[in-house]
Amino acid sequence: MIKIENVHKHFNENYVLRGVNLEVKDGETLTIIGGSGSGKTVLLRHIVGLFLAERGTVEVDGINLGAVREHELHEVQKKIGFLFQDGALFDSLSVGENVAFGLRYMNLSEQVIHKKVSECLMHVGLAGIESVRPSELSGGMKKRVALARAIARDPKYMLYDEPTTGLDPIFSDVINELILDLQKNLKMTSIVVTHDLKSVYKVSNRIAMLLEGKIIETGTPDEIKNSVNPSVQQFINGSSKGPIKLKIKEYQE
Amino acid sequence: MFNKTEEKIIELLNSLASSFILVYKTIISCFMKPFETNLVIYQMVGIGLRSLPVTILTSFSVGMVLALQAGYSAMYVFNEPLYVGTIVTFSIIKELGPVLTATVITGRVGAAITAELGTMKVTEQIDALYTLGTNPVKYLAVPRFLACITMIPILATIANIFGVVGGFVVSRYKLDIPSTVYWTDTLDFLKIDDFFHGFIKSVFFAAIIAFVAIYKGFGTKGGAEGVGKATTQAVVTTLVLILVIDYFLSALLVALRIG
Repeated sequence: MIKIENVHKHFNENYVLRGVNLEVKDGETLTIIGGSGSGKTVLLRHIVGLFLAERGTVEVDGINLGAVREHELHEVQKKIGFLFQDGALFDSLSVGENVAFGLRYMNLSEQVIHKKVSECLMHVGLAGIESVRPSELSGGMKKRVALARAIARDPKYMLYDEPTTGLDPIFSDVINELILDLQKNLKMTSIVVTHDLKSVYKVSNRIAMLLEGKIIETGTPDEIKNSVNPSVQQFINGSSKGPIKLKIKEYQE
Repeated sequence: MFNKTEEKIIELLNSLASSFILVYKTIISCFMKPFETNLVIYQMVGIGLRSLPVTILTSFSVGMVLALQAGYSAMYVFNEPLYVGTIVTFSIIKELGPVLTATVITGRVGAAITAELGTMKVTEQIDALYTLGTNPVKYLAVPRFLACITMIPILATIANIFGVVGGFVVSRYKLDIPSTVYWTDTLDFLKIDDFFHGFIKSVFFAAIIAFVAIYKGFGTKGGAEGVGKATTQAVVTTLVLILVIDYFLSALLVALRIG
């Protein structure tokens, strides 16, 4: 289980997280929604230990990430797969070497690693491209290779940062199907950060909305659709009128 | 809360602290398993072998120009080119070999390390290493640091040899100094301590090149512009540090009677 309690984070004058509380139960897919710059990715990075909370705690399976030594943090990170928004593939390595990267530190034989790499690439529909360089791939293919790399170590938790951003609707649906497939077949606990509502309703068991550094509402997709909170309604209806104000004036100054 | 000067001081102290932490972590990680031998060898080839032609060319040219200047200056004062071999050898081995090699390597290798790590930073590849349970200091910094502190002193030694040979070519064929005179001038006054004087300096310069390049690479922010800025800062900082520290290191080594 992942438990986030009263997490705060700021960058210079910008207070991004102002007391986030959230629980993610084993086996569920939770989607975090919220406007651009609302701190969704920052929150996700706290869960994988890329950021440490200034106040509050982030616990993964009962381990407080802010209170462990670096090597213990690496052990926790091994339980978590992370899909970066732009893939973050290592451009000096081939696709096969990228997918095999995390497996090389698990004392596995080359034969086992090779088999696992093929399986993972097949899982994301890209079998047989082990020798291709990331620079030769399209955006959608990079994302799928990054997904193959993230699931290669059979993580217990899978975190997706904007998995469908920048993809066409068909590729977006392919990624959504992959998320559902991983949840059903590999029983992974997933946290998805996105503002693509089609994707949200397709993959989520639960949805949490982040606004002004706090989780303002959590619920099933139906509960969120029928929420009485005007901010939630404004966001899911995609309306510019409502309690959520864009800070256009501040940017103009 | 703070005024601009205070903010600058805090920023400077922060970067000093984080650079010392990086140096500490890198040195400690050198002794921790797993040993990334293949990566170290790969970096040694890139830093050492591929820098060899440019190092040889520059040191040979500097040796030639030193001999020419020393020869004509001596002729002006003494009417004959005296002690050309001695001047060339001492200048090259104790000073110009290590400093010139470090300068060339800063431009060729230091800039490349910062640009590579900086690009990895802004494209989240370093974050990806963390999420795959890999320590970026161990995986990226240690191989580059080890390759620098082993290969740069070796390159400086090779530069010394070619610098002295460059001086010989000009002495023999331009200044008409007999070979035996040049080599006697060279070897009569040279002690092993003089070699170690230059060698120790090149080890320190290598550490400076590696640490500044890695620190600036890991600290890169922004996109392509950030990578460009970090690379420029790395090169300028390294060159300034090398030239300033060179004096104090020379003074210390002389005080310790090493060369």
